[in-house]
Formats: sequence, C-alpha cells, structure tokens
Amino acid sequence: MVSAFALLGELLKPKSFAGLFGAAPSVSLATLALTVMKEGKSYASIEARSMLLGSIAFIVSAAVITRLMMHRKMQVLAATTFGIGLWFACAFGLWYGLLR
Amino acid sequence: MKIKVDTSGVKSSKWYEFALRFLFGGGVTAFAGLAAKRFGPEVGGLFLAFPAILPATATLIKKREEQKKERAGYEGTEPGRAAAAVDVAGSAMGGFGLAVFSLIVWRNIRDWRTVVVLVVATAAWFLVALAVWELREKVGRQARAHRPNVPTHTLREQVSREGLVNRSLRINRGRKLD
Repeated sequence: MVSAFALLGELLKPKSFAGLFGAAPSVSLATLALTVMKEGKSYASIEARSMLLGSIAFIVSAAVITRLMMHRKMQVLAATTFGIGLWFACAFGLWYGLLR
Repeated sequence: MKIKVDTSGVKSSKWYEFALRFLFGGGVTAFAGLAAKRFGPEVGGLFLAFPAILPATATLIKKREEQKKERAGYEGTEPGRAAAAVDVAGSAMGGFGLAVFSLIVWRNIRDWRTVVVLVVATAAWFLVALAVWELREKVGRQARAHRPNVPTHTLREQVSREGLVNRSLRINRGRKLD
C-alpha cells in the first residue's frame, strides 16, 4: 500500500500535487483493517479518534518543515528531523490535553 | 496548474527508493501495533498519522533534483531543497484529507461494514486533499495577479533564477579560463 501510493506520487505532476500522496492513509488502511479483524470495531474506532489528533500534528509538522526549508533555507535532513520531533510534541500534547 | 501524468520520474527511480518507503511504512505499521498493545489504542492510534515516509521522500526528491540540475549544468543545493519543500507543502495539504479520513473511520466504523468505511474514507481523503490543493493554487494565482509589480518569488521562479545565475557564473568562469 505504501509503495503503491509512493508510485502514484512519482507519476503525477506538479510536485505540490504529488506531495499530497505523502499524506496518503497507506499505513492506516492496513493497520485499521488488521485491527478490526483482531481486536474488533470499537478498538479500531478508538485508534481512529487518536489518529485524528495525529493528523493535526502531521499538518503542523509538515507546514513547519516547509517553512524551514523555504524561508530559513534549512537542510532537508535537519528540517525533517526537527519536524518528526515536532510531530511527537504536537501529537502527545494533544493526546495529553484532550484524551488522557 | 494542470495535473499531469509523467512516467519519467518512475523510470529514473531506483527500486530501493520504493523499498525504503515500503520498509518505513511496514516499520510504522508494526510500531503502531506494538504501541497499541503496550499503551492501548489511544496512543497506538496516534502513530497511524505518523509522517513515516516524509523524511525519506524529501531526501530522495532533493537528491534526484540536484542530480537532474547538475546534468543540465546548474550548481547548488537550492533547487533540490526547493523541490523537497514543494513536496512537503503538498503533504501538509494532504494532511487535511488524512484528518477527514480518520474522522469518518472514527464516527462510522462501528455501524458500517469495514470495507465500505475504508473505501469511503479513502475517497474522502483524496477529495479533501484535492480541494485544499486547488484552493491553495487559486489563492496563489490571485495573490500573484493582484501584485503585478512585486516580484512573486514562486519556488519555480526561484529555482530557475538561481539556476540561471549559477549557470552564467559557470559560463563566465569558463570564459575567464579560456
């Protein structure tokens, strides 16, 4: 699933449009289907609710990575590493504030 | 801007570029499962929206763009970074679709058939991502149209302008040597 969405991203132009596929629900599709089979629908529903918070963290971190690379001229690896840290902070911050 | 299908990107891709993303995706799927088992579905679910392939994709795009520009006679890391930034900006827009995907699954998976929920949620992800992208394009076009005297500094222009400067520097250096 991940490779299929990555292939779609490679096939399409312009680059900003192809980038949409970087946020494709590839991991979640496989995981949610497996979760429903193993743990049931209620369990998958709770996971999806948390995923909503993870998605908000994703938007924030991707937007910050873009700004760091475009305006601050930060190197790709440094910017994405910072973005991953930011995702953790946002996702767990939201989880702590809203779900815990 | 028109959406096009271009197979040249796939032809120039190496097999390990897809394998790398496959491994990252598989790794996160396994990690999400383990996190859910250890800390419960509330924590495990967060990782379903983890930007797993983002760093790998951005790094690969940067590398490929730099190689392409180098072959064309340009120098510098700016085109690679700019191309990677545009791709990540697209991912940020796709993130809105991801939020809608999770919202649909959360609200409906208990009542609907699993396959139906996942298909509807995936379709909604694409439509929302596309709508946000279209809106961003429209706003960008309007902003440029209303500021005709101000340099727009779009990424495409930035890449080509800096590329041209680098190229002319190389040519001038070559002339000096001659």
